[in-house]
Amino acid sequence: MAGPYDVVVIGGGPGGYNAAIRAGQLGLKAACIEKRASGGAVAFGGTCLNVGCIPSKALLHASQRYEEAQKHFAGLGIKATVELDLPGMMGHKEKTVDQLVKGVAFLLKKNKVDPYFGTGRIVSAGKVEVTGADGKTEILETKNIVIATGSEVTPLPGVTIDEKTIVSSTGILSLAEVPKRLVVIGAGVIGLELGSVWRRLGAEVTCVEFLDRIVPGVDAEIAKDFQRILTRQGITFRLSSKVTKADTGANGVSVTIEPAKGGAAETLETDVLLVCIGRRPYIEGLGAKEAGVKVDARGRVETDGHGRTSVPGIWVIGDVTTGPMLAHKAEDEAMAVAELIAGKAGHVNYDVIPSVVYTWPEVASVGKTEEEVKAAGIAYKVGKFPFTANARAKTIAEKDGSVKVIADARTDRVLGCHIVGPEAGNLIMEVAVAMEFGASSEDIVRTCHAHPTLPEAVRQAAMAVDNRATQM
Amino acid sequence: MTDITVPNMGESVTEATIAKWFKKVGDAVAADEVLAELETDKVTVEVPAPQAGVLTAIAVNEGGSVAPGSVIGSIEVGAGATAAKPPEAPKPAAEAKPVPPKPEAATAAPAEAKPSGPAVDRIVAETGIDLSKVEASGKDGRHTKGDVLAALDAVASQVKAGAEAPAPHAPRPTTEREQRVKMTRLRATIAKRLKEAQNTAAMLTTYNEADMTEIMALRKQHQDGFEKRHGVRIGFMSFFVKACVAALKEIPAVNAEIDGDDIIYKNYYDIGVAVGTDKGLVVPVLRDADTKGFADIEKGIAELGAKAREGKLKIEDMQGATFTISNGGVYGSLMSSPILNAPQSGVLGMHKIQDRPIALNGQVVIRPMMYLALSYDHRMVDGKEAVTFLVRVKEALENPVRLLLEV
Repeated sequence: MAGPYDVVVIGGGPGGYNAAIRAGQLGLKAACIEKRASGGAVAFGGTCLNVGCIPSKALLHASQRYEEAQKHFAGLGIKATVELDLPGMMGHKEKTVDQLVKGVAFLLKKNKVDPYFGTGRIVSAGKVEVTGADGKTEILETKNIVIATGSEVTPLPGVTIDEKTIVSSTGILSLAEVPKRLVVIGAGVIGLELGSVWRRLGAEVTCVEFLDRIVPGVDAEIAKDFQRILTRQGITFRLSSKVTKADTGANGVSVTIEPAKGGAAETLETDVLLVCIGRRPYIEGLGAKEAGVKVDARGRVETDGHGRTSVPGIWVIGDVTTGPMLAHKAEDEAMAVAELIAGKAGHVNYDVIPSVVYTWPEVASVGKTEEEVKAAGIAYKVGKFPFTANARAKTIAEKDGSVKVIADARTDRVLGCHIVGPEAGNLIMEVAVAMEFGASSEDIVRTCHAHPTLPEAVRQAAMAVDNRATQM
Repeated sequence: MTDITVPNMGESVTEATIAKWFKKVGDAVAADEVLAELETDKVTVEVPAPQAGVLTAIAVNEGGSVAPGSVIGSIEVGAGATAAKPPEAPKPAAEAKPVPPKPEAATAAPAEAKPSGPAVDRIVAETGIDLSKVEASGKDGRHTKGDVLAALDAVASQVKAGAEAPAPHAPRPTTEREQRVKMTRLRATIAKRLKEAQNTAAMLTTYNEADMTEIMALRKQHQDGFEKRHGVRIGFMSFFVKACVAALKEIPAVNAEIDGDDIIYKNYYDIGVAVGTDKGLVVPVLRDADTKGFADIEKGIAELGAKAREGKLKIEDMQGATFTISNGGVYGSLMSSPILNAPQSGVLGMHKIQDRPIALNGQVVIRPMMYLALSYDHRMVDGKEAVTFLVRVKEALENPVRLLLEV
């Protein structure tokens, strides 16, 4: 029996490893359990680092550069002949992941967190069992348990994932060759990002979505603009459609789709089918329910809003609980929970969590969408500014997209910001900081912005809230 | 390092102004030595040093608003021996981080100057709104634009409603022959309370006069004996208090207040006695006046008056009067209409005693006369009741033996 620990974190993803690190920083005796293996060794970093955010961003970056060189260099006066080296691109991805995984292990060690390689199971409050790959078990005694087991791919009935021709977000990251045709089920963040990767590399991409819009949750006006841009780039959208069947044959996959509201079925032939209709909380075999931890109808571990589950001494963070399934949300919850366990004030402001779609152009949001503000009955004003009118966007030959700032009509407080455009993910952060401080759109306007930069578009959109944009 | 905090100043006191700092940053202070003086709505409160040491930081300058418990400065403990320790020595400056020192305690600049953002700065510049009076909802107590706009709205609607609140315009420039002085909290409170009383009550005044011959004769006859026996001189106030208590017992509506849709009648007689001080009028309360004799009333009033003039009245000394007696006569006023001290329903105005010819039993005679005024809240006191009350007071004053016999 090992311990006693102050904190045992089950799961070493961005939530789990940050919780353990923060606990270590605060002088708590902490352990972190991870079952993912890479080359026989433990691989911390979770879905995000191993098969999610990080490898997809490596491929997004590389494929974007490839497309730029292929299609856009000529417009800048550069003549080049480029050739795809897919194994080389995958090598870039693997090297990136490998280095970051090692980095996490180093950070855990640096902060005196004990790593455990195995599967964690809650025996009861205060007791966690770790089962190693060899089947050996060990019991950890601990004052606090943090559930950070994350999420897994939601399967689609009628479609069996083999990770070769019918793949999930994991398999799509490691295709051996560029498919001629790729059908993506689900026009959410993952589908559009990975669809974009393979489209750039040469695949003919069709995106099937059950809803009548893409990227649900994103401001509708921005989403519409985004869809227009992606369509122009070559992605075909089949909205309001559902997939009922996928049959793997000698020549690829036959995908049967029907209108969402019912109607005649049709078949799409494809070389690879990507299933990414969402993710669901992962608590299988965790023993949480058995230990009395309450779980809601959608399988999410319930909390009091501050990471506490229904069982004293058992905490929860990240995808496995309520809220958006985002690495940075898990990371914020991780720090808050570690601080609360250490008797300090930890807090997550769920109203100001940015989210980004890393396509090109990117889509970024923070705060409320116009639909949400309208539904809440808040009197609001909107300021919009297109990148076509931004000098820097012009110089880098980026003309797609716009910035949209939503502010309270009475107090001028910024309620939300939605961007589709170059580097939207970086641009959104100034608005997130402003919102965290309860700033008004005027506060953004009255903050000097360097020229010529893309953030000037954010400032001009804030100006437009008061009908005073100076560059349009 | 020890924080200097604002002491508790009574249940109802939520805000005070720093009237004066007696020490400056770097000064050595002894334990319990008075560091600063706070002005609340009514009283002045002293802030003693919690410990001996050196004053290392002043967080709120003179004129700044503070709440009970808030930190107004800090003391470096045990540094008392080195009294001349410079305030800008790096160590205390670094340690004083939570309470940034502001050595230039010059003007009444807003005390808690936490940067709130450029939009708020713009509104302050344009309107002159005092941020220290605006509730802050932003991170770490910062003001958001919405907070300031809401405060301006509140001021605007008050103005619309006819209240006395100043319009949110920038202060008008003063000329060479004018002087701009910040209202003390006491003065501001007086202004607010008086106007509130006028805005709330249906205020009306009834007048009468009293022939003071009998009381003057009584005082003359018994002054020496009274003083010898009780150690206090017999004045007019005790007669007025007695006369009012007797009349209040007869007319309970004048010893009452309105609370929502109800009237609360009070079966105790705590009489507020208005006392002028150099800072303004305060109204300490003579408790249970109905149970006190002439000597106790005189002693009680003398004590309250002395405390008021020395600025030592406590909040409790001034709360809860059921009726008020105001004496403008000491300044020579012949006749005036006093303003109610809300939520009370009546206030008696005393005036100067002046020899005047009056008709008495068909003869013109010269008598020492005083005009009496009773202002009352017509919402709960009927005209008949008010007039009867004042007539009872007049009768008791003209024939003080009634007070003895309670007739």
